[in-house]
Amino acid sequence: MRRSTRKSGSAAAPVSSSPGVSDLFRSATSKAVSKEMERVDQLFHTYVDKSLGMVGPEGIESFCSEIGVHHTDVRILMLAWKMKAEKQGYFTLEEWRRGLMALHADTIIKIKKRMPDLEREVTRPTNFLDFYAYSFRYCLTEKQKNIDVESACALLTVVLGFRFPLQVEKFTEYLNRQQDYKVINMDQWMSFLRFCNEINFPSLDNYDADLAWPLILDNFVEWMREQ
Amino acid sequence: METHNTEDVTLMEEVVTMMMEAFKELCSILEGNQISKDLFNFEKSTWRLYSGVYSLCRVNSNLCNSMMYSTYGDLLKEYIHGTLLQSLRLKQGEFFLKELVTRWAHYKLIVGWLSNFFGYLERQYIPGNSIPTLSDVGINCFTHMVYGQIMCAIASPAVISLIDKERDGMKIDRTLVMRVFRIFVELGKGSMDLYEKDFEKPMLDDARDYYSRKASIWISECSCPEFMAKVEECLIGEEKRGRCYMYHTTEKKLVSRVENELLVVHETELLEKESSGLKSLLRDNKVDDLARIYRLFSRVHDGLKLISILFKEHVTCEGMALVKQAGDHESSKKVENKDHVAAGLLQEAQVLLIGRFIELHDKCLGYVKDCFQNDSLFFRALKEAFEVFCNKSITATSPAELLAVYCDFILKRGGIDHGTTFEQVVKLFTHVNEKDLFAEFHRARRLLFDKNDSDEHEKCLMAKLKQHCGGLFTSKMEGMVTDLTIFRDMQKSFEEFIQSNSEANPGIDLTVTVLTTGAWPSYKTCNLNLPPEMLRCVEVFEEFYRSRTKRRRLSWVYSLGTCKIIGHFEPKTMELLLNTFQAAALLLFNSSDRMSYSEIKDQLGLTDEDVNRVLHSLSCAKYKILNKEPDSENISETDYFSFNSKFTDRMRRIKVPLPQVDERKKVVEGVAKDRRYAVDAAIVRIMKHHKVLGHQQLMSECDEYLGRIFKPDFKLIKKRIEDLIGREYLERDANDSNVYRYIA
Repeated sequence: MRRSTRKSGSAAAPVSSSPGVSDLFRSATSKAVSKEMERVDQLFHTYVDKSLGMVGPEGIESFCSEIGVHHTDVRILMLAWKMKAEKQGYFTLEEWRRGLMALHADTIIKIKKRMPDLEREVTRPTNFLDFYAYSFRYCLTEKQKNIDVESACALLTVVLGFRFPLQVEKFTEYLNRQQDYKVINMDQWMSFLRFCNEINFPSLDNYDADLAWPLILDNFVEWMREQ
Repeated sequence: METHNTEDVTLMEEVVTMMMEAFKELCSILEGNQISKDLFNFEKSTWRLYSGVYSLCRVNSNLCNSMMYSTYGDLLKEYIHGTLLQSLRLKQGEFFLKELVTRWAHYKLIVGWLSNFFGYLERQYIPGNSIPTLSDVGINCFTHMVYGQIMCAIASPAVISLIDKERDGMKIDRTLVMRVFRIFVELGKGSMDLYEKDFEKPMLDDARDYYSRKASIWISECSCPEFMAKVEECLIGEEKRGRCYMYHTTEKKLVSRVENELLVVHETELLEKESSGLKSLLRDNKVDDLARIYRLFSRVHDGLKLISILFKEHVTCEGMALVKQAGDHESSKKVENKDHVAAGLLQEAQVLLIGRFIELHDKCLGYVKDCFQNDSLFFRALKEAFEVFCNKSITATSPAELLAVYCDFILKRGGIDHGTTFEQVVKLFTHVNEKDLFAEFHRARRLLFDKNDSDEHEKCLMAKLKQHCGGLFTSKMEGMVTDLTIFRDMQKSFEEFIQSNSEANPGIDLTVTVLTTGAWPSYKTCNLNLPPEMLRCVEVFEEFYRSRTKRRRLSWVYSLGTCKIIGHFEPKTMELLLNTFQAAALLLFNSSDRMSYSEIKDQLGLTDEDVNRVLHSLSCAKYKILNKEPDSENISETDYFSFNSKFTDRMRRIKVPLPQVDERKKVVEGVAKDRRYAVDAAIVRIMKHHKVLGHQQLMSECDEYLGRIFKPDFKLIKKRIEDLIGREYLERDANDSNVYRYIA
C-alpha cells in the first residue's frame, strides 16, 4: 500500500484539547470496540488448535457446523477472503480479527446473520474479480504457482458454479477429458472469468481465436464446437 | 442623349457602304484562285476603312459604336448564312470535310480582317461595356449558326467514319482530320469542352464499339497468341493515330478505351482458352507469346492478376503431378521388393524427384525472368506455388528429408558442377517450410565412412545455405565439416604416435574420427563388450588423445564403426567388411563353435533389438556366415548359432550390410523439442525489445523471426506464450487483455 506524504495541510481530524462529549464518545466507542474484540478473540480461542496457535482444519470444521455452513461451501471461502487469510485451512488470530471485525460479528448468531451481506458484497463486480483471483491464490501451497486440474475443477464449481453454471459444467468436463494440461495457471484462471463475462454461451459466436485468449480456451472452444 | 447631325449620318452611311463593298471584295477574293496576290492588293486599301471607322466612332461614341459593332456582327452572319452554309450543303463525306476546313480558314481570315477594320471598337468601345470581343463575336456567330447542325451532326460522324476506314486498312487524309478537330478546339475559346463533348466523346464511343465488335469475332476465331498479336498491332496503330492527328490528351483516353475492349473485357475467356490459353503456352514454353501477354496486360489496371493466378495454378499443378508420380512409384515399388532393395530404389526415386523439382524451379524462374520481366508479383506466385507442393510428404517421407537425401547424393557424386547444383538446391530449399528438420536429417546423413575429398563440396553447400538462411542455421553443420577437416591431421598424428611408441601399437590398423558433441546428431552410445583385440585399440587411442588434449572425454559410438575381418572358410579365405557390432559378434565364434542367443547377448552386452539386427544380418540375409538353428526367417531367443565354415561367395571381398535403425522418428522429435526452445527464445527476445506489445503483433513478429528456419504453428506460439506467462516472463496488461508486458 502506498503512503502519500503530505507536506502541508491537516492530516487528521482536529483534536480538541479539552475533555468533553467527544472524548466521552471516543472512549465509549473505543470501549465498545475493545469489548467486541474481546468477544472475537474469545470466539477464536474456542476453535484454536493450541499446538499451532491458530484455527486449524478441525477448528474450521466445527466452526462451520455451528454456523450451519458446509466447510466446502463458497461462503467459507468468502469469509476467508474477508479475512485475507493466507493459508487454506488455517486462520490466524490477526486474520480472524480482521474478518470478523469488518463484519461486526462477534458471536455465532451475528456471523450467521451477516452471511447474506457478505455474499452480496462479494458478488459486486468490483469485489468479485478480486475474490475470484483470491480464491486461486488461496488454494496454492507454499512453492506452487499452479493448481492441478482436478482441484481447479472443484474450485471453479465452488466459486463460479452459481454464476455461470453452464460454462463451468462444460469447462470442467473438458478439463477432465483433455490430456494436454495437467495444471492451470493464474492467467488461465483469470481468463476463464473474462471468458464467461464476454463470450456468448453456448453459441460461442463472438469468440475470436486470433485474440490473446490462452490456448487452453482456444482448445476448449474447438472441443465445444465439435460436440 | 447625343445629337446627330446630318454630317455624322452621312459619314456613317459612307463608312457602312465602304465596308460592305470592301467586304464583298474580300469574299470574292477568297472564292477566287489568286488569293494571296489579290489580298496583297486589297490590303493597301484597308487603311481607308480603318480610318473611316475611326473617325466615325471617335466623334460620336455610343451610337456609332454600337452601330458599328452590330454591323460587324451582321456582316459575319451574312457571310455564314450566305456563303459558308451554302457551300457546305452541297457536299458529303470527305469532300464535305475538305470544304468545311477551307471555309473555316476563310472565315477566320474574314474575322481577322474585319477585326482590323473595326479595331477602334476593340480598344475603346468593348472594354468598357462588357461585351464580347470581336474575335469572340466571330466565334459566337459561327457556333450559333453552324455548330449544332454542321459540326456535331455531320462533321463529327464524317470524321469518325474516316477513322474507322483507316482502321480497316484504307489510307486516309490525316491532315484533314487534324484540321477538323482543330476547329472544335478553336471554337472552344481556350476550353476543351466542345472538343471533348462533341468530337472526342463520340469518337471514343465509336472506337469502343468498333473494337468490341472486332474482339467478339477474334475471340471465337483466334487462338490466344493470335489474338494477342492482333491486339498489339491495334494498340500500336491507335497510339500512332492519337499522336498524329488528335489532341494530345485524347491519345491516352483512346488507348485506354481500346485496351479495355481488347484486353480487359475478354481477359478471362482469352487466357483460360483450353488449347491455346496461358497454361498451354506455359506448357509448350512459348516464351515470346508469354512475353507479349505480359507486356500488353501490364498496361491495364490489375491485368496481371489473373495471369499470376494462372501461372501459380500451373506451377502448382505440375509440381503436384511430380509429387503424385513419386508417391505412386514409391508405393508400387514397396509392394514388389524386399526391404533393402526397396531402400535403394526408394532413394533413387527420391533423388529423381528432387532433380525434377529443381528442373521445374529453373524453368519457372526462367519464365519469370524472360517473360514476366522479373515482376515481383510473379516471384510471389512462384514461391506460393512451390510452397504448396514442396511441403507435401511423399508417403511417409517429409520434403525436408527428401532434400537431405538429395544433398547427400550430390555431395557424393563426382563429375558435376557442384556450385550450380547447390545454388539450385538452395533456391528450392527456400520454399521448404521445415528448414530445421532438413538440417537435422542432413546432419544425420553425413556418413562417416565416406571420406573422399568432398570437403570442399560440403563447404560450398554450407556457404550457400548460410547465405540464404543465416549463420545460426548452419553453425552445427559447419561444426561437422570442421571435424572432418581436422580428422585427417589427427589421423596422421595418431599414426606417428603409434610408430614412435612400438608398445602402443595395437597390432590392428585403426582409424578414428572424433566428433564434437553438439555439432553432430546425438548417436546412441552403447556398452558393447569389445573383443580384446579391439579393446586394445580403444585404449591406445585414448592414450594418444589424452596426450594431445586435456579435459576432454571420449564416448565411443561403436554402432557407426566398420571392421575389415579375414574369415577363414573352408572353400576359401574371404575378406568381410562389417559393422563393429557384427565383427564383435563374429569374433565370439573364435572361442566357441556354437552359441545360443542368450549367450551371445550376454557376451556382447547389447539390447535385444540390436542383437536381433546383428544376428539377422549374419544368418538370415544374403550372406549366411552363421548357421541358425532352427533355420527360420526370424531371430528368436531360443535360437542357436554356429560358425558356417562352408560359407563362400563368388567374390573374395564382401560387404555384409547391417540395416540401420530408423532414426527418423527420433530426428523429428528432436526437432520438435528444439522448436519449442526456439519459439520461447523468440518470444522473450521480442518482448524484451518492445516491453509492451499487442497479441497480434507479437504473433506476426514471431512468425517473421522464425520463418527463416521453419513455419511456426500458431498454436505452438500461443502455447509457449501461455507457458511463459506461467513462468512469469510475461504478464497481461491490466487494462487490455490483448496486450502483453515484459517482466524484467
